[in-house]
Amino acid sequence: MGVGIEVKNLNAWYGTNHTLQDINLNIPANHATALIGPSGCGKSTFVRCLNRMHETNPIARVTGTVRIGDLDIYNEAKPVEIRRRVGMVFQRPNPFPTMSIYENVASGLKLNGYSNRRVLDEIVERSLKNSALWDEVKDDLKSKSGASLSGGQQQRLCIARALAVDPEVLLMDEPASALDPVSTSKIEDLIFQLKSQYTIVIVTHNMQQAARVAEKTGFFLNGRMVEFDTTHKIFTNPSDKRTEDYITGRFG
Amino acid sequence: MTREGTSFRSAWRAITDHAVTGLAILATMLVVVPLVAIFVYLLIKGASSLNLDFFIKNPAPEGESGGGMANAIVGSGVLLGIASAIGVPIGIGAGIYLAEFGRGTKLANAIRFTADVLNGVPSIVMGLAAYSLIVVPQGHFSAFSGGVALGIMMIPTVARTSEEMLLMVPDPIREAALGLGLPNWRSVLSITVKTASPGIITGCMLAFARIAGETAPLIFTALGNAFWSTNPNQPIEALPLQIWVYATGPYEDQHRLAWAGALVLIALIVIAVSLVRYVTSRGVLKGVS
Amino acid sequence: MTRIRFQQSLDQLKEDLLVMAGLAEQAIQRAIEAYRVRDLSICDLVSRSEVAINRLERDIDQSALDLLAMEQPMAIDLRFILSVIKINADLERVGDAAKSISERVRNMEQMAAVELPVDIPRMATLSAEMVRKSLQSFIDADTELARAVLTMDDAVDTMNRAAYKSLTKVMEEQSHIAPQALNALMISRALERVADHATNIAEDVIFWIEGSDVRHHKSVMAQKKAAEAGG
Repeated sequence: MGVGIEVKNLNAWYGTNHTLQDINLNIPANHATALIGPSGCGKSTFVRCLNRMHETNPIARVTGTVRIGDLDIYNEAKPVEIRRRVGMVFQRPNPFPTMSIYENVASGLKLNGYSNRRVLDEIVERSLKNSALWDEVKDDLKSKSGASLSGGQQQRLCIARALAVDPEVLLMDEPASALDPVSTSKIEDLIFQLKSQYTIVIVTHNMQQAARVAEKTGFFLNGRMVEFDTTHKIFTNPSDKRTEDYITGRFG
Repeated sequence: MTREGTSFRSAWRAITDHAVTGLAILATMLVVVPLVAIFVYLLIKGASSLNLDFFIKNPAPEGESGGGMANAIVGSGVLLGIASAIGVPIGIGAGIYLAEFGRGTKLANAIRFTADVLNGVPSIVMGLAAYSLIVVPQGHFSAFSGGVALGIMMIPTVARTSEEMLLMVPDPIREAALGLGLPNWRSVLSITVKTASPGIITGCMLAFARIAGETAPLIFTALGNAFWSTNPNQPIEALPLQIWVYATGPYEDQHRLAWAGALVLIALIVIAVSLVRYVTSRGVLKGVS
Repeated sequence: MTRIRFQQSLDQLKEDLLVMAGLAEQAIQRAIEAYRVRDLSICDLVSRSEVAINRLERDIDQSALDLLAMEQPMAIDLRFILSVIKINADLERVGDAAKSISERVRNMEQMAAVELPVDIPRMATLSAEMVRKSLQSFIDADTELARAVLTMDDAVDTMNRAAYKSLTKVMEEQSHIAPQALNALMISRALERVADHATNIAEDVIFWIEGSDVRHHKSVMAQKKAAEAGG
């Protein structure tokens, strides 16, 4: 089951660059929330603050609180623990090249110490089914490498890999931007199905995609969150002129 | 542009194209031909002296004929074993530090600089260093000191190639591993290093092939041993060392043995490298090489 | 500003709609004039402009469809294009009403002129004014003016209902002038429809500018009142 995310007064810096300013928002559980905004507006940084991935950059710094469910992820837990509860799918598919499809999906579990063969088999199958990839790869699980699949399949493999550790939240940073329209549709359908089990946050450049998959949408601009509302409102009658200028493409 | 003009230009382009291709082929041949020539020459000179004795007998006493280089072959094996045990772990470890943990730090820059300098140190100076640091305090020559000298010579090559191969692993792979909740050390070892392992192994083999033929460092450390010995604490014979001694000696017999030794040395290096390649290529699906 | 071509397309769409609006408004004005002075040549003009209006309606719908398909308009642009499509349809109906009125006039021309207990000219003026104002509110993007149009509808409705009552009475009691009365009734109805279309246009303008759907507000208000009275 997914959990809600509560963000209060989040500020983030990369060195002296104040990348995120006073972000406050509540992301509802078991819904898909889209984050839109022009390049460099901070939406990717924000999402990386939700699983503390921004800390992989040594000059990154954060103040404020982020609660995932009841857990204050900055003060009550370590990054490694958080990342097992908050999965991430990246812009370009990045399956592990030295591993087979099976090993890729199982990697999160195996490398964290799980070794029960039967349990792993079950989890791999379930994850691949949940990411709509099972039928296409079930005969080649151990014989094909993760990198030998097509782009769309690789991305679904990455989704399966993320789902295998059974997170509560799934963060997706422009998951379909490197894919063709058919693969994109498959991913979007997938998000629709996954919503009932996970809380999904999706960063996207593609506004039509946000409109298609997300109930709520947040518009980021220059490190601030300008507007956060139902997707319907944002795309038919946004409250803030800046939001409107962005989504009508009038940004100059 | 007239039609005659265009055809002239295209003819000129074709000529240039062929000329440069020809030069490239020539350059390749200039590289390959000496290599092949050496092999063939060694084969001619050394094959005749190869017999079973060569491989199972120790050197005959001064002046006598017969005997072999059994102890030198085994001795080289021992020395290279000690050297690899020192050079490979330290080298890979340094490479991992440079690529994964110390990127951009001053310490990393210092390490890189030191490695480059170490690489440039003449091998005889390395031998002298090992002599003063190990042989003199211990009071005797030993295989160990020779192994150390050779091992230290391995480190820069292994470290630099490891670092380069690790840097070639794309960052998204690391991010994927971290995103799954893997601790950094796990991500580095099980994902990054594993992905770069074909390249890292190549680096180790390059270093190995280089030191397998080193003679100068062994003069003041391993010293050489006319008799059979595998004791790391005592002087030990090595193929390159033995070849040098025989080649510069007065005896015709020894000269012939030296040729055979050179042939065997090169053959062993080629076999060792091929074996490692074969063994590692079977286990790895796809990686960075 | 980006999407300059798109903005130009939107401006062009507005232009085209205003041409259409001009033709429809002119048709109504002419039909009313024809009624006032009983001039058949004006009726001909109205009939001919009908062709132009229908063609424009098709063209505008096509342009709007293209913009929707090709440009993925959002928010205010989307609302604008939707409003244009709806106003387009309403204007075409206004043209139809004008044609209907001019045909009634043609018909009445062959009959004797009689006094009828109905103030067609006043209804006509009011309806024409509503059309004028609703179109002005579109041109100026003026929601206040649009709301003013909405309040004028009641007056026209009342007048139409009164005309119905008195004209049916005439048809029952003075059957010799029933044809004239019938024509007058049909003209009254046509004018009431014109007023309705003007109201629609005003509602569409409000939807475009504010994003709020104020259609059928009267029935919504009535339902609310009934609910409050009952509960």
